[in-house]
Amino acid sequence: MLTTFRDLFRYNIEFRIGVVLVSLIVIFSCLSFFSPYVPEQIYTVIPDQPPSLEHWFGTNSRGQDLFWNLTFAFRNTLVFGLIVAVLSRIISIVVGMTAGYLSGWVDRGLMFVNDIFVALPIFPILILFYFVLRNDLDTYTLALIMACLGWPFDARLIRSVGLGLRHREFTRQAIFAGMSPAKIMFEEHLPYVMPIIFSTAMANMIWSIGFEVTLGVLGFTNLNVPTIGTTLYWANNHSAMVVGTWWWVIIPVILIILTFIGLFLLAVSMNEHIDPRSRLRRMGGGNG
Amino acid sequence: MQVERDEIYGIAGESSSGKTSFIKVLAAAIRPPLRVVGGSVEYNFAGQRIDSTKASEAEIKAIRWRHLSYIMQGSMSVLNPVRRIEKTFGDFARSPLGLDCRAFRERIEEHLDHLKLPKSVLRAYPHELSGGMRQRVTIGLATVCRPEFMIADEPTTALDVVVQKDVLSLLRNVQKEMGASIVFVTHDMSVHANIADRIGIIYAGRLVEEGPTRTLFTEPKHPYTAHLVASLPVIGDTRPRPSLEGRPPSLADPPQGCRFHPRCPLAIDRCKREVPPLETVGTRHRSACWRAQEVEPLVRPEATVAGAGA
Amino acid sequence: MRAYLIFALKRLLQLAVVVFAGVSAAFVVAHFSPISPIETIIGRVAGQSSFSPTAVESLRQTLTELFGYDQPLTQQYLNFWSRFVRGDLGPSLIAFPTPAMELVMRALPWTVGLLTVAIIMAWLLGNILGGLAGYYQNNRPLKAFGIVAIGIQPIPYYIIAFLLVIIFGYLWPVLPISGGFAMAVRPAWSFDFIFSVLHHAILPALSLVLAGIGTWFLGMRALVSNIVTEDYVTYAELGGVNRGTIVMGYVTRNALIPQLTALAMALGGIFSGTIITEQVFSYPGLGTLLIRAVNGGDTGLVLAVSCVSVIAVASAIFIIDLLHPLLDPRVKVG
Repeated sequence: MLTTFRDLFRYNIEFRIGVVLVSLIVIFSCLSFFSPYVPEQIYTVIPDQPPSLEHWFGTNSRGQDLFWNLTFAFRNTLVFGLIVAVLSRIISIVVGMTAGYLSGWVDRGLMFVNDIFVALPIFPILILFYFVLRNDLDTYTLALIMACLGWPFDARLIRSVGLGLRHREFTRQAIFAGMSPAKIMFEEHLPYVMPIIFSTAMANMIWSIGFEVTLGVLGFTNLNVPTIGTTLYWANNHSAMVVGTWWWVIIPVILIILTFIGLFLLAVSMNEHIDPRSRLRRMGGGNG
Repeated sequence: MQVERDEIYGIAGESSSGKTSFIKVLAAAIRPPLRVVGGSVEYNFAGQRIDSTKASEAEIKAIRWRHLSYIMQGSMSVLNPVRRIEKTFGDFARSPLGLDCRAFRERIEEHLDHLKLPKSVLRAYPHELSGGMRQRVTIGLATVCRPEFMIADEPTTALDVVVQKDVLSLLRNVQKEMGASIVFVTHDMSVHANIADRIGIIYAGRLVEEGPTRTLFTEPKHPYTAHLVASLPVIGDTRPRPSLEGRPPSLADPPQGCRFHPRCPLAIDRCKREVPPLETVGTRHRSACWRAQEVEPLVRPEATVAGAGA
Repeated sequence: MRAYLIFALKRLLQLAVVVFAGVSAAFVVAHFSPISPIETIIGRVAGQSSFSPTAVESLRQTLTELFGYDQPLTQQYLNFWSRFVRGDLGPSLIAFPTPAMELVMRALPWTVGLLTVAIIMAWLLGNILGGLAGYYQNNRPLKAFGIVAIGIQPIPYYIIAFLLVIIFGYLWPVLPISGGFAMAVRPAWSFDFIFSVLHHAILPALSLVLAGIGTWFLGMRALVSNIVTEDYVTYAELGGVNRGTIVMGYVTRNALIPQLTALAMALGGIFSGTIITEQVFSYPGLGTLLIRAVNGGDTGLVLAVSCVSVIAVASAIFIIDLLHPLLDPRVKVG
């Protein structure tokens, strides 16, 4: 896995751009630990100041310094995305590998459940949850709900790889050597699935953060916690574009788009690595 | 190298020795990253001369399937999985044959019948046919326009021995009947022994020996050929076989001089410096070796041919 | 044909299970809502004029009986289903006493229309361009489009819709950014009305197309660039088969199969995106209705929208699944 990353970094410009973008955003969000302001407090600075040397990203109508406020917003949003990605990876690995390795009726049963989850429109369900939980729907609860909804696509993908691995020579050897199915799955097969897990984790973060932003923008979340979504919500609430405090909208939007593009490039370049045919074309395509 | 009318010319060599690249040049199927660096391929179809390395796309298209057809490696994947066989026939042969719908249909059914295929395959999708049937369909596809020249790239490799024999005799019959020429490529020397009139041996992208099949098997004049022939299994023969050390060289960075010298038991200093030319060593028999006259067959000739023919 | 029927029946069973699971989940979640619809109604009614406490109490009793809240949960659940199949989910609160179902049915055509047009446009356009980009890999404009697609593909629906509002609402106000048709036009089958509807649909549809096209483009490009290296394509090229036939019958035809599956799998997500887009453009569809219902604390309406969404999405997936064996002969329909 580490050599894979090294090769990708060396030979794949998309991966390199992705790494740079994501690192920048992560560093930016880590700055929140050095923030001179408490994120929940309002009216700590003069409101509605355009970007200046003192306030790099300006200040908003709630009297917060936008730069430091956004560092908190990105930290919360990224942590949220990471939690969803990790939890849903665990579910999809367990379901996908079990279905792929055991096949038969276990596979059919799991894939039937899988298909039901795929067919559910997630957004109305999330709104329903907000409707029930109201302000109890904090970042962690939302992450838990999203993780329970965000695994089926990737489980199917992992299953198809698992199906292929099942018929390989080393699996048969492992069975003859008396290894238990769980051991074969997680010691022998898991390394082959790792690249897929990485690339789907990136895609999953885009997906979950996208929902978080939308819920936040609509105000369907705890509005006191700074996230990308709530930042945009407050900007809307104060009619930032109409009043002319454009930096309150434009800067977060640019940053979030950069985040998405960074994550997406990581996912795409890893996908390309997984499918060797497209990699060959890249090498041969240079002179052709 | 020259291929006569009405003959089967076999091309043999190890994996990655450049057989496939060679026939891609023949078939004018070169596309990036491959490039033709030099040389030419001349066809003489119905009195018209054409060089496939230089001809325009339209010119090539005009001879495709009418005069020059192709049987491809791997019968599993050469047929479009979502197209019925009859449609595929239509795609390939409709415009070269220039027949109207009914006549075309009759022609194809007649042709399939000839290949001992039931009419029902026309309505089938490739995945509904067995491997041998699929291979016969591709042979049918390649021969339906009665081309003068066919290129067959490992047409039997993926098939089991019984089906393989079937397909080979089919190919042979069709060829005899139409008086066509076939360039037959495979790494399997026993297949060559069965079907080819003449054989050319390729090593590391170069033709190293060429001659009539029998001559090549009984008195090879290149050490590499001698080894290939010796590697054939012979029934009742339990002697250990002399095997070749090493592996074929990379074509991106071939050795200086004779490309075979690092693995050649007869190599001398001259082989490392100078490239041996292809010289006539017998009737229609040429070899590219500085010590061609000293090459001895490694196995008794009678045994080899008998074994290969079995 | 028989095999196909059995296949269709199996899919239908799956559809039934999805609808059952989705609607039941919606019922359970809604049941634990801390907002009691009865208290909300009482609050409304009592706010308009003063009532004696006994009148309020008798109103509460009547409503409890009406909603069936005095019965055990299983009974409520069964009642819910029996009313649901009759299309009755009680009155809405935000437009009391219009039935919730009626509001949903009024909003549904807007969403379905917008969604159908946007999905078909995005899917076709993305697949055509992606297919061309996969086949002609050195074409400069298509390469450039590929880079743009990578850029816009990961941007969520909300942001795209938002950017369009900023561009066409504030910077260059040429298109309507809110509503389903102009206020001045009366809803009727007149030219003015249809024109107004189309005019208002441009931006919402555009934002859905923009959000979707990148996925289809990139997917198709990857598929096609793999398929052109398949033996059957090389063989057809060697066989001098018409270029048009190769592109359509050999390359595109094979690439469309996974793209169709992908469309079925993406429908749920696209539907979610539509809800958000509608909200941004105040489009009179299900999304706007759902958000109004949430803000108004209207349990019945939220439940109705959720259930109808589940059914709509599952049915659309069902229809696409039925097309699948027609496109791919290898699917075992038995």
